[in-house]
Parts: sequence; C-alpha cells; structure tokens
Amino acid sequence: MFYRENGQFKTSYQADQQLFSIPQDRWAILAIIAFAFFGVPLLVDEYLFRAILIPFLILSLAALGVNILVGYCGQITLGAGASMAVGAYAAYNFLIRISGMPALGAILLGGLVAAAAGIVFGAPSLRVRGLYLAVATLAAQFFWDWAFLRIKWFTNNASSGSVSVADINLMGWTISSPVDKYYFCLGVLVVFSLMAKNLVRGNMGRQWMAIRDMDVAATVIGIRPMYAKLTAFAVSSFYLGVAGALWGMINLGSWEPAAFSIDRSFSLLFMVIIGGMGAISGSFFGAAFIVILPIFLNQMLPLLGGLLGLEVSIALVSHVEIMVFGALIIFFLIVEPHGIARLWATGREKMRLWPFPH
Amino acid sequence: MAFFLETLLGGLMSGMLYSLVALGFVLIYKASGVFNFAQGAMVLFAALSMARFSEWIPQWLGMDNLFIANVLAFAVSVAIMFVVAWLIERLVLRHLVNQEGATLLMATLGIAYFLDGVGQTIFGSDIYKIDVGMPKDPVMMLESVFEGGILINKEDFIAALISALLVVALTIFFQKTSTGRALRAVADDHQAAQSIGIPLGRIWVIVWCVAGITALVAGIIWGSKLGAQFSLSTVALRALPVVILGGLTSVPGAILGGLIIGVGEKLSEVFLGPYVGGGIEIWFAYMLALVFLLFRPQGLFGEKIIDRV
Repeated sequence: MFYRENGQFKTSYQADQQLFSIPQDRWAILAIIAFAFFGVPLLVDEYLFRAILIPFLILSLAALGVNILVGYCGQITLGAGASMAVGAYAAYNFLIRISGMPALGAILLGGLVAAAAGIVFGAPSLRVRGLYLAVATLAAQFFWDWAFLRIKWFTNNASSGSVSVADINLMGWTISSPVDKYYFCLGVLVVFSLMAKNLVRGNMGRQWMAIRDMDVAATVIGIRPMYAKLTAFAVSSFYLGVAGALWGMINLGSWEPAAFSIDRSFSLLFMVIIGGMGAISGSFFGAAFIVILPIFLNQMLPLLGGLLGLEVSIALVSHVEIMVFGALIIFFLIVEPHGIARLWATGREKMRLWPFPH
Repeated sequence: MAFFLETLLGGLMSGMLYSLVALGFVLIYKASGVFNFAQGAMVLFAALSMARFSEWIPQWLGMDNLFIANVLAFAVSVAIMFVVAWLIERLVLRHLVNQEGATLLMATLGIAYFLDGVGQTIFGSDIYKIDVGMPKDPVMMLESVFEGGILINKEDFIAALISALLVVALTIFFQKTSTGRALRAVADDHQAAQSIGIPLGRIWVIVWCVAGITALVAGIIWGSKLGAQFSLSTVALRALPVVILGGLTSVPGAILGGLIIGVGEKLSEVFLGPYVGGGIEIWFAYMLALVFLLFRPQGLFGEKIIDRV
C-alpha cells in the first residue's frame, strides 16, 4: 500500500524464507487476524454472524481446498461437494459411534476419511486429464450423493439421510452461540490457511505447480506425477472434508445429502475462479463474493424494482441471481482470468508507487 | 427372457435420447474444442421456448389449431436458438480465443447459469407441457414369440427414430456440404483453417446454431416426456458419461455410448439395484464411464491423445 520494500535487506536465510518476508505485510496479516478475533465480535450482530460470517469462514476453507487442487495442481474437480459430504458424514459417524470422541478429533478424522476417498476418486487423474477428468470427478459426486441417501449405515438409519448433532463440546467449551461458532471456525481457518500457505511454497506445492504448468515436462525433470497428483487430491479433500464437517456440524446442525449437492461443487469452483486460481488470498475473496452476492441481490432487487415501479417476486430474484452469477463468471473469465486476487495484486502494485508515475 | 428383452429395448431407446443430448456436446467440441456444459441449459431453454410459444401463439392469433401452433412455435424457437448461438459467439467465445480448455469449460458453466436464469425469467418456472402429438399408449410386440409379448412405449420408439434421423442428417451435413467440410477443417486445426480463408467466427456461430437445433429437438422430445421444467437441464448431466464413453470427438461414439449407457443403466437398475437399495442409475453410468476411461482415456472412438512437450 503506502509502503515499499526498498531498503529492507535480509541478512539471514531465516529472514529471507519467512512466510511474509516484509514486516509491513506481516503486521498487516497479524492486524487482520487480531481484528477478526477481537474487533469483529464487538461490531456485528447475531444475524451477520449466522448469515454471512460463519458461512464465509467455512466456505473459505473449502475454497482453499479446491484452490489447492484446481489452482495449484491444475486438476479440475466437479466433485468438491462430495468431499465435503464425506467429511461431514464421517465426522458424524465418529462422533456418535465412538463414545467420548472429542469433537475436534471427529472433525479432523472426518477430514482424513475424505482424504482417503479423495485419493480413490482422484486415481483416474493418473490416466485421464482435463475435461475427461472433470467428468470423472462427477462420478464421485453422484456416487456419494447416492450413498448417503441410500446406505443406511452411513446415516445411522436416519430417513432420507438427514442427520443432526447436538451442540459440540470442545474441552469444556460448548459451542452453541453464533459467537462461539465464529471463534471456532475462525481458529480452524487461520491454522489451515497458514498451513496451506506453507504447503504451496514448499516442496509439495512446487511439485503441484510443475504438474499444473506442464505435466509431461514435470515428469521429465523427475517429478512423480502419481505422488504429486494424489497428494494434491488428498490434501484438497482433507481441507474439503474438514470444511464439510464444520458446515454440517457447526453451521447447519442438522443436514441431509442435498446440502452437499452438485450445486455446492459448482459454487466452490466459481469461488476459486472469481477469487483467483493459484492464490491463497483468492479463496477468501471468492468465498466472500459468493456468500455476499445472493444476500446483496436479495436486498437490492426489490428496492430497484420499487424504484422502477415493478413487482419483484421471490422467484424472479432467484432467477436474476443465477443470471448475474453466470454473467459475472463469464465477465471475470474474459476480463481477469486470474480473479479478484490478481486485481488486488495489480491495485497494490499501483498503490506502491502512487502518487508518482515511476 | 421377455422381461430381459423388454428392459434391454427400454434401455436402447432411452440410450437414443441420451445420444441426442450427447450429440450437442460432440458437435461443439469437435468444431471449437469447447466442452459445452451449457448444453443442458440450452435444452431447457429450447424446451421452455417451444412450450410457451405453442401456448402463446394461439392466444395472439386467436386460433385453435394445434398443428399450426406447434409449427410456428418451432420456427420461433429455432430463431431464438440462432440468436442465442450468435450472442454466445459474440459476447463470450470471441473473447476467449486461445484460452485453455478448462477456462472455456468454466465459461460455458457461466453460460449455463445465465441461460437457466434468463429462460425462467422470460418463460416462467412452472412445468409446461409440450404436445406435439406423440402417441402415449404402449404397444405389445412379439406376442407370438414370448408369452405376453414385450411392452414397448410408442413415444420412446418415435423419439429413437427421430434421433436416428437427426444423426443421419448431421452426418450428411458434416460429410457432404461445403460448410460441413469447413467445420471439419476448423476442428482439425484452427490456424490452418483460418489461413485458407475459413472465417472462424462464422463457423462457430453455425456450430452453435446446429447444437441449438439439436438442443431444441432433444428439448421437445424430453419435454413431451417429462414436461418442460427445470429438471430438464440435469438431463445434460446424465448425458455426460455418454460423451466420455464414446469419445468427445466422435458422432458415432455419441450414439454407441448412448446405447451402452442406456442399456447399462436400465439393466443395472433392474437386476443389480434391488440388492443395494435402488436408485443406482444416477451414478452407474458415471462409474461405467470412469472404469472405461482407465483403460482407454480417449473414449471408444476419440482421437488418440498425444502429448508434446
């Protein structure tokens, strides 16, 4: 923003290899996290927590997962919703079938199960790629949709796969009010995003990016495509599984397979496209955009219709919503294929020099 | 045995219906390398337009002839699909030339959402009926061979016939006309085609128009079966494994893939379904395609995928 990195010399490897090597960046990130923890709960009311903030946090986590696979490893997936479903139902099963299971443990185990499922359904990526792979991942989506609806064991014999969990308990802290839920999700998100940030700049992340940029060339320089692709599927599904468990157990409380339908997969993909593929921050931008847009349109369209003297029905709002949605996706793909994250980066670059031209 | 044959025939005929939707995918992919996720939305859009105009036109003209109403509605729908095709080329594809396949795929997802929204805003979102005079009553066949004979749905039979006709027409169009030749040239190599003077933009508009017409035919047939309603757009999702199985670049592949998937779905649902709780036809086709892909990544008739560094 209003600072430059000129004159900040790094004198040790440690300083050079820091996650955020410029102090201003580091402080800015810390400030944002601190604000999220201490400032936000003072400023917003319960409705905002429930309608915007908690969904935003969880979907950011899911978008991170999709971004790892699509943005960093270049494997298109249309089965992200299925990974979330596997995470949610696995966590549910761990929680109810094993007595004394800590909630956090169940959520993480749910993520692991999702990772295992992700590896199985990611295996075709070794043989097929691109568009064929995209369709292959749909197989996972439809299979799990069906499995949680029809196989009674997964849902503890609940009818039509709808299950519910009581308020979860974390070492004596009962997570019931929106503020509690917000804190819990925020904590998980912060840990997981730092982990992602580290992963993608490390050995594994570089392998993913090599595979993404040109897999044959990556193989030639000694990267094992199987290892790289399957780790990407596993890590991505782990993130999605955890996000799914949070979505079910924290955000919804009771859910059915439809909560993780193919529409969820598409909307996660859109978050990554609109936010920015191959950028951690893009996941947050995308999630924010897609959480806020429907609410915004819901509020604005009737107002706009009122100005023009038109009656705006709820059905019309939902139709216009998907229209605007589709149009925005096309708009972003044409104008800025790298999404909001790239716009943000360009803006920063400009602000760095402002008000001077050079 | 009779029951098995009945299921088999039912599967073959629903397979033809899948092929009809799959054809739309193949046409566009062949000519422009775009995997058109919006095909389902186009089917819905076309079906809605057909249903509504065949309802509105008699009201406007104040006459009561179903046949004329249907013909007029068909003409209007064709015109609308042409406009949609032209707009898609003009507003979306033109700006995305030379982008990766994945980007184009996502752009068509955007188109799909947009078309769904527009279609339902203009035409409404209830279930509308399309009545083009398809016979609904089933007939018995081969009564002399099996006891009780085989029950066949006339509607399905006619639909399968129409699909077959459409395929023949498209094959002739692709192989015998100069436009078809230009389309194949573009499919082979954009740059080479352009350098010998084939206008890319116009070719794309034509392909999308043709895909629009297939969508319209598919929409009318599916629509008269199920009613023109939102769930039609998910028909495309059912047809996706067909394309994958048959190969993205092959018209015969789409047909054969459709038949295999149609039969596979029906047989698995009837003979395997009861053991695992039913409803497996939703994912069975995908699994079939997936397993198949592991052995032949380019599908049945797809062009061999060659990697170059």
